[in-house]
Amino acid sequence: MSVPHALLALLSEGSKYGLQLREDFESRTGEVWPLNVGQVYTTLQRLERDGLVESVNGADDSPQKLFRITEAGEAELGGWLRTPPDMASPPRDELVIKVLVALHLPGVDVPEVLQVHRRYLVQLMQQWTRIKEDAPDDGLALLLAVDAELFRLDSVVRWLDAADSRIRRTPVTRAEAAPPLPRLRRPTGARR
Amino acid sequence: MTALELRDVSKVYGQGAAQVHALHEVSLTVEPGALVAIMGPSGSGKSTMLTIAGSLEDPTSGEVLVGGQTLSSMSRNERARLRRRSIGFVFQNFNLLPGLTAAENVALPLELDGLAARTARKAGLQALDDLGLADRAARFPDELSGGERQRVAIARAVVGERRLLLADEPSGALDSVNAEAVMRLVRTACRGDVAGVVVTHDAQLASWADRVIFLRDGRMADQTPPRPGPESLLTQGRGQ
Repeated sequence: MSVPHALLALLSEGSKYGLQLREDFESRTGEVWPLNVGQVYTTLQRLERDGLVESVNGADDSPQKLFRITEAGEAELGGWLRTPPDMASPPRDELVIKVLVALHLPGVDVPEVLQVHRRYLVQLMQQWTRIKEDAPDDGLALLLAVDAELFRLDSVVRWLDAADSRIRRTPVTRAEAAPPLPRLRRPTGARR
Repeated sequence: MTALELRDVSKVYGQGAAQVHALHEVSLTVEPGALVAIMGPSGSGKSTMLTIAGSLEDPTSGEVLVGGQTLSSMSRNERARLRRRSIGFVFQNFNLLPGLTAAENVALPLELDGLAARTARKAGLQALDDLGLADRAARFPDELSGGERQRVAIARAVVGERRLLLADEPSGALDSVNAEAVMRLVRTACRGDVAGVVVTHDAQLASWADRVIFLRDGRMADQTPPRPGPESLLTQGRGQ
């Protein structure tokens, strides 16, 4: 989650105070990603330093500063929305590493290891589904955020299922070293 | 009284060297109001478990109780009546009769059970209305979308005094939005006196259940604890 860009997006709707930005951020993301006030102000300071936002004094001698997006900020936001995140390089996934390690350890029942993780993930999915079940009809942001989480967890369960069935079909020689993963080129313009 | 109970149920197909053990001493208790999901890969025995629970097939050994009644002590006719009155089935391919309208499909089990056609039709229309399908009542299955057909199938499964809803991959052929709509209906149906068992290989579907049982090679390999509330994620999970 890019907090700076999310704040720029909120400021593109009009000038806002720091506290208001925090409230808007949480309501727009279905309150799935909470943000503390300190994070908001630190991020705003950095954005101001980089010329992407500017601050003015608030109305009625308010001690709070009002923030607004600059032209450079608008350009940055537009570029960010259209730049795909870097998904080309395989992440250093802890679960994948655990399974690859388990594969070569003597005395480890790998399907049992897979099941421990599968059960945990399904439990998490049950909790997210419960949130979805109780979501208000107008809770679009919450539903989208929960869907994203459910699809992410589901993809891991699917990988576990596929790994399970592949491992059962393939007798593993414990001493056999895993071949290295092929290197993938990072696409131009992709960001970490 | 439990809605469904399987006691050490085993199922063996074939004989001698060709014998296949589809289920090995599986035990399961489903309380009224609960929704249980059975998850497992193809060939794990989950569909066999469902057909045995619904008295569509006999176990080789073990006992099945529906609403406290032991199936093995019932006559063929009594079991057929139990299926018509107390058990609702939902299948992946909907199994609607193509020559009947949505309302007629839903009313059919009630009519077969001896209810007057008019009363059955009224109950069928009410069930369709409850699922937001009142305007589709006069349509034939081939005039409905996949999601609508499955909702009609659910209406048929819950109409009348059904106490047990058995669903085999109920949203398997549907896109994610329709699949969710179907599972919301199944979840809503499993309240009060009605219990449900959903068989699936899909974790998103299973996650609607109160409890998920993992079947592997015909055995119950594992299960989740009772479904936790949403509070834990929205409080402890914050900030991650």
